[in-house]
Amino acid sequence: MVQARYKTAFTLYPYEKVPQQDAAPTRHPVLIVGGGPVGLALALDLGKRGTPALVLDDHEGAGLGSKAICFAKRTLDIAHRLGAARPMVEKGVTWNVGRVFAGEGQLFSFNLAPEGGQRHPAFINLQQPWFEKYLVDAIDAARAEGAPIEIRGANRVTGMARKGDHVALDVDTPDGPYRLEADWLVACDGARSPLRDMMGLDFEGRVFEDNFLIADVRMKADFPTERWFWFQPPFKDAGQSALLHKQPDDIWRIDFQLGWDIDRDLELQPDRIRARVDAMLSSQTGEVPDYELEWTSIYTFQCRRMKTFRHGPVLFAGDAAHQVSPFGARGANSGMQDAENLAWKLDLVLRGDAPATLLDSYAAEREFAADENILNSSRATDFMTPKSHASRVFRDAVLRLAGKHPFARPLVNSGRLSVPCTYDEFAGFGPDALPGGPAVTRPGAACPDAPVGNGFLLDHLAGDFMVLALGAVADGIASENPKVSILSVPEPDAALRARYLGEASGAVYLIRPDQHVVARWDRFDADALDAAMARAMGQV
Amino acid sequence: MLKTEPNIPDPDGFYDELLRIHEGLSREESEALNARLVLVLANHIGDRAVLAEALEAAWG
Ligand SMILES: Cc1cc2nc3c(=O)[nH]c(=O)nc-3n(C[C@H](O)[C@H](O)[C@H](O)COP(=O)(O)OP(=O)(O)OC[C@H]3O[C@@H](n4cnc5c(N)ncnc54)[C@H](O)[C@@H]3O)c2cc1C
Repeated sequence: MVQARYKTAFTLYPYEKVPQQDAAPTRHPVLIVGGGPVGLALALDLGKRGTPALVLDDHEGAGLGSKAICFAKRTLDIAHRLGAARPMVEKGVTWNVGRVFAGEGQLFSFNLAPEGGQRHPAFINLQQPWFEKYLVDAIDAARAEGAPIEIRGANRVTGMARKGDHVALDVDTPDGPYRLEADWLVACDGARSPLRDMMGLDFEGRVFEDNFLIADVRMKADFPTERWFWFQPPFKDAGQSALLHKQPDDIWRIDFQLGWDIDRDLELQPDRIRARVDAMLSSQTGEVPDYELEWTSIYTFQCRRMKTFRHGPVLFAGDAAHQVSPFGARGANSGMQDAENLAWKLDLVLRGDAPATLLDSYAAEREFAADENILNSSRATDFMTPKSHASRVFRDAVLRLAGKHPFARPLVNSGRLSVPCTYDEFAGFGPDALPGGPAVTRPGAACPDAPVGNGFLLDHLAGDFMVLALGAVADGIASENPKVSILSVPEPDAALRARYLGEASGAVYLIRPDQHVVARWDRFDADALDAAMARAMGQV
Repeated sequence: MLKTEPNIPDPDGFYDELLRIHEGLSREESEALNARLVLVLANHIGDRAVLAEALEAAWG
């Protein structure tokens, strides 16, 4: 039996009995536990590369309720490569204006006008269940074209054991238990990761003593599509800070920071929640618009990660490996980057094109990224809930100055937008041999988008190693290396120049399958290219 | 580089002005004012290396 632990918003992968349940344990090359955003993206990426991926999830679809809503540009770029971004952008809400309030007054507003020459906005707001649904739709589309992906719903992993060169799993289903084996096991089983527990692994970091009340409200009223954030909201019982943010389908996310010492049951009483929401929604106009409470919950959070994300044939990704506070929306967004970092490496290792040690670079790079995300969200948390007297004094000083002086506004921290991390100084990157080249595209960076022809650069970086040749050096270059394709743009437009050439007149970039820059030069040199590629594949 | 040699033309006048803006303030208000002053000055300096040296120098 598999008891549901939560309700689902959509049924996406209903349970079906498969013959393997009655057979001796079958060995799978890659077994992914968990069909959240991270497990789904990983399976899709692997499957599109032709590597079979089996996903086990103990539910039959996306969980109902309030989780991620902000999906950043990098996530959309990844989803685009995987063929899932279009419906996300169509359904999602794009907003530009944000207002920051402190106490009674507005401190300042900002406008995130989109950066030109890129396919995607800085981010969209979309409920997580939809995000997951569109990934599953893309998986179905890929399967129709032959991608070897399978998702088994209502399959709960209840035990695991490492056996020499593989992993054995116990799985429970509505028809009873069975066993499976895997060459590689990827734990994408969320913050409470049962696999992490089964392996007795550590999880290090800070638990923040704070409770947040979430109310998703449905409101037809004509309310501006803006992000409103309050420090010390003036309305009754609003707590330390409050946030109002638009989602699709006339839903608004409202967040109240309640503090540590609260009575959860009391705070979840609808009357009490409505009183808070009334006060917030009427704070600017004096009138309470019509609304319905769609979903309410109280959550706490932590900032911590596993010491290492690889344990032999077992890899951890997403919330199972690391967790951050929600400020800055780095949970699902960073998990998507885990998935894309791991997919091509696992694929190469399974094909015998790269040594298994390449997977250590997954762990090293994503542990570094997790530290950066944890640092960013801890800083936001410290600003929002000062932990010492001095930090409160400076926080309040910043807020007071920000109303009058623009210089103090960048110090106001209600969460920094999730951006991909740059793998500076890691093995497998370099050289940077492009004098005058822009910092945004240095080795280790995720490629920023830019217009190319009638489309965009990232459309061409479809999942293999790529050489991007720009300007005069692009003429007539060729590589003998069968694993790399070449994109030549002899006459790059202004945005492409600004992002990839800087002061240089021409450049040759080597780009990884996950769209991170490996190396760059001011001329084409086939030997240097092959050497850089061998390093990127962990062969030397 | 952080200037640690005398750099204010009329030290007594500046000191006086610094004390005067605190006149009549409670401890908390003074503390808040000092925090704002630090931020205003830090932004004016801007140079992260100099700021790091200043933090070090202030620490003792
Ligand atoms: C209030 C809130 C707001 C958030 N806002 C944002 C945001 O705006 N942007 C953002 O990027 N992130 C946000 N996050 C974080 C985001 O929701 C998570 O980071 C994301 O869901 C992690 O995805 P995942 O795939 O790693 O894990 P999960 O989504 O947790 O998926 C894990 C899956 O594994 C399954 N599973 C667990 N145990 C087993 C088992 N034994 N056998 C089989 N299957 C199992 C679960 O049922 C689940 O389907 C927010 C989180 C919260 C709580």
